[in-house]
Amino acid sequence: MSGNMNINLKVWRQKNEKSQGKLVDYKVEGVSPDMSFLEMFDVLNDKLIRDGKDEPIAFDHDCREGICGMCSMYINGRPHGPNQGVTTCQLHMRSFKDGDTIVVEPWRAAAFPVVKDLAVNRSAFDRIISAGGFISVNTGNAQDANSLPIPKDNADEAFAAAACIGCGACVAACKNSSAMLFVSAKVSQLALLPQGNPERNSRVLDMVAQMDAEGFGACTNTGACSAECPKEISLTNIARLNREYFGAQLSSNRT
Amino acid sequence: MNWITKMFSSSLGQKLIMSLTGLFLCTFLVVHMIGNLQLFKNDAGLAFNKYAVFMTTNPLIMITSYLLYATILFHAFKGLWLAYKNQKARPVKYQAFDGKANSHWSSRNMGILGTIILVFVVVHMSNFWWEYKNGHVPYTRYMENIQTGEIVSDYMPKEFTMHTKLEEQTEGLMKVTIVKDLYREVAEEFKTEWWLVALYVISMAALAFHLFHGFASAFQTLGLNHKKYNGIINFIGIGVFAILIPIGFAAMPLYFFIK
Repeated sequence: MSGNMNINLKVWRQKNEKSQGKLVDYKVEGVSPDMSFLEMFDVLNDKLIRDGKDEPIAFDHDCREGICGMCSMYINGRPHGPNQGVTTCQLHMRSFKDGDTIVVEPWRAAAFPVVKDLAVNRSAFDRIISAGGFISVNTGNAQDANSLPIPKDNADEAFAAAACIGCGACVAACKNSSAMLFVSAKVSQLALLPQGNPERNSRVLDMVAQMDAEGFGACTNTGACSAECPKEISLTNIARLNREYFGAQLSSNRT
Repeated sequence: MNWITKMFSSSLGQKLIMSLTGLFLCTFLVVHMIGNLQLFKNDAGLAFNKYAVFMTTNPLIMITSYLLYATILFHAFKGLWLAYKNQKARPVKYQAFDGKANSHWSSRNMGILGTIILVFVVVHMSNFWWEYKNGHVPYTRYMENIQTGEIVSDYMPKEFTMHTKLEEQTEGLMKVTIVKDLYREVAEEFKTEWWLVALYVISMAALAFHLFHGFASAFQTLGLNHKKYNGIINFIGIGVFAILIPIGFAAMPLYFFIK
């Protein structure tokens, strides 16, 4: 087919968490510019399976429409590749040129150990959410819609924070492997709404404590997280997290 | 652990300490700048030397200055320790890393910039602060005509000393001041040591980039990020602390080198 591309890949291969990994060269031929980055990997894996010499490359993916937060490739030095506001599954090969060499690595962080090849264990995020990223609701009849007045500005900001899909690109982009943008989005989406108020203090204290315990680095406000976030979560959330945290430390009944 | 230790040992609390000490150091820069502008005064250093006596004898300023030295050391070593710990959060580095695509160079190199500034502070203080306090700084006599404001100065002999750093008396129309001449130390040092001038200019460039990120970053850490006042924070951070102050300080050694 005309217009198809040949791509040179350098992909991180690692058998398991304990083993030593390395970059391995692959050549993928006849790549359509309309393929997504993950489909290009499907083509490569198909070939690897047919050849039978090498195991297929393990990588995380699920919805492939940019909303699940599962895909996690560090492409040419940037999480989710060169485009702004997209996940790897929404990155298309037309963003690259014929003959390009592309380096693909897993997210790198002490808190995100490599499971295999490009798949990393992001359950540290789940444990942070379990520590307080929720609201407690008694079951029963659903409340009438709009019975709780919420200012439009707050609703908009909470919604923008709630757009976080927990993919971990913020951690991957940060030079300190800090999870502050993720935690700040998860704290903000509830701190801005009345439903989040009853557990407001305990939420931020517990989530930050869990974040530190997981071994993420500290935030130095480089802004790399927000610049690489596929959902473009704003740095104002990190400022809000700081306010919420120090406010909770100063005012909560916990001693 | 009680809540205070918990707060200050959390990653957020440690950043809060960096933010508050950093902003305190920024206020010092403003005071130091304003005071040192007297170096440019065309009075053979009379005003600057009297200012130096005031700064080293006023008890309130002496207490503040020791607090300042402690803060400098704390900010520097705490910062280096945090930079080290943050590196540990990524044990396996990326083979390809495109930092410039998503963040400013200065924000990723605060540790290196800060180290340059720390080395500068050590050199700067051993050259002038230590010399002034413990070395032999010769005295100069100024004779100021009260009516015309004309100042005549002559160097006292090298072995001349007094119990105080400053003596003033008025004889008729002449106001006579004998004072430790730090100004001459500064002027001669920068006139002769080109490498010292170069070190000062390079260090002030490092300071500019350190504050280009650091000033606004301190407010973000305090939780102050809002469209209402981000404009003024960035204006002061860049205009004053990343441009005006480093240029002002760099101009001082250059002024004496060229003069």
